[in-house]
Amino acid sequence: MIFAAILAGGTGTRMGNVEKPKQYMLLGDKPIIVHTIEKFFVNQKFEKILVLCPKTWIKPTMDLVNTYIGDNNRIEVIEGGKLRNDTIMNAVAYVEEHYQVDEDFILVTHDSVRPFLTHRIIEENIEYAQRYGACDTVIPASDTIVESVDGESISSIPNRGQMYQGQTPQSFRILKLKELYQSLSMEEKLILTDAAKIFVIRGEKVRLVEGEVDNIKITYPYDLKVANVILRGEEE
Amino acid sequence: MINTLYRLVSPKHIEIYYEELDLSDETVLVRPTYLSICKADQRYYQGTREPEILEKKLPMALIHEGIGEVVYDGTGSFTPGEVVAMIPNTPTEVVDTIGENYLPTSKFRSSGFDGYLQDYVAFNPNRLVKIEADLNPLVASFTELVSVSVHSILRMDQFAHQGKDVLGVWGDGTVGYITALLLKIFYPHARVLVFGKNQDKLSYFTFADEAYLVSEVPPDVVVDQAFECVGGQKSQLAIEQIIRRIQPEGTISLLGVSEYPVPINTRMILEKGLRIYGSSRSSREDFEKSIEILETYPEVTDYLENLVVAVIRVRTIKDIHHAFERDYQLNFGKTVLIWDK
Repeated sequence: MIFAAILAGGTGTRMGNVEKPKQYMLLGDKPIIVHTIEKFFVNQKFEKILVLCPKTWIKPTMDLVNTYIGDNNRIEVIEGGKLRNDTIMNAVAYVEEHYQVDEDFILVTHDSVRPFLTHRIIEENIEYAQRYGACDTVIPASDTIVESVDGESISSIPNRGQMYQGQTPQSFRILKLKELYQSLSMEEKLILTDAAKIFVIRGEKVRLVEGEVDNIKITYPYDLKVANVILRGEEE
Repeated sequence: MINTLYRLVSPKHIEIYYEELDLSDETVLVRPTYLSICKADQRYYQGTREPEILEKKLPMALIHEGIGEVVYDGTGSFTPGEVVAMIPNTPTEVVDTIGENYLPTSKFRSSGFDGYLQDYVAFNPNRLVKIEADLNPLVASFTELVSVSVHSILRMDQFAHQGKDVLGVWGDGTVGYITALLLKIFYPHARVLVFGKNQDKLSYFTFADEAYLVSEVPPDVVVDQAFECVGGQKSQLAIEQIIRRIQPEGTISLLGVSEYPVPINTRMILEKGLRIYGSSRSSREDFEKSIEILETYPEVTDYLENLVVAVIRVRTIKDIHHAFERDYQLNFGKTVLIWDK
């Protein structure tokens, strides 16, 4: 069984002075999060689409789902966690609570603020998670990545040919994800910036799924401008 | 939802576009699965249409032959997961005396508006016809082309006199193949004769009663009704031969598209009292009849599968280019795209 976890836990601290979290801002005619949920909703492979958001946004998110998608039993809005991986673990807990989870259960996690993902990216996430246990969506790095340990001078410049920019979805076998996460120490958990790292830390392989340049994350006000241009097309 | 479209912006140049799609109660969303390249798409892709036409119509997503899977239906007409044939002709009005495919107000996919190279395609439910899930998808992908032949045969049935014992098909390409094959189904007792220029291509027409090289037709061969499936400037020679070989008061169905005016021997048409009529595109009824035939006669599906000479899985824009280039090199047959983009 396959589940989607739309991660909408962020409160948009990087988005400037906005009144609501960035995922609830309009892109075209709809809130960003609605575009993202719809993309998973139309894929019949998903048993449930779990939307994880801040507690005070659960009701408003449900309202948006009812308004734009209509009454249905495939979308569940639940509370996210403090950090990204806490949120993902809330999704895991929901699945465990409602289903008899076995090793074939897959969780496709995705940022609510990446509404431009394509059908192929979702399909390949499902396929690779089933086949390899874990996968991460990436695009080849276009800029040279520079490492600086002290934040003042360069400590190394990795070979750009081997560098990729991480996007989402990131997808996993649910039981394996939980097992690895629980095996981590508090210190290890604190350095996790994303879920794929849970696997990498434990030496587990994470397959790459080819992303798309347009699969951008709408984090800053500038990103929202870019997203609107992408959606409207160049002629406008 | 933000839908992704892969539009031809200029010859051999495809770019990603995005458009908002509403999950409304009037829409059925279909995920295309198996698509087939038509010569008309190829002309856009290669840039062989007139520059003014390209200027007017591009950017546009190509492909108007294909099947898909229903992923969302706000109208309650289908169940998600059902396989459907997609009808490219999209009427905007109903006129009792004019078929939907001849109405100037009708729009057509990958001609007047975006075709099927999209993540999801939104339809009015009457533009979709359910097909059995076990129907060969490679063949079902070009149901539209089959429906064009069905349409021309149904028109012949409507216009022609009783003499349908010998039916002639001019043209040894894909349309000729399908039309001749279907004539054997519609008129099992008739003799179906095929006339072509290329012996290699004619060798595919194993079901035909006779397959002649146009330069070697015995003098006594005549037909009751005829189908011209040649197109281009060569259709002039085909029509000329048809007029010579057809019985008086016979009908000639023109299916071949030509970019140029084609001279026709009107004197002989008058003398023989012939009826010449055009046949273009198809309607929902033609789709339904085509699917009924494919589902009823497995041998037809088998014959049609032999037309599929290239199958290309598409997951990148590069793959789309590869498919069009591969198709361009084909001497005979169809290119089918497995749409994984």
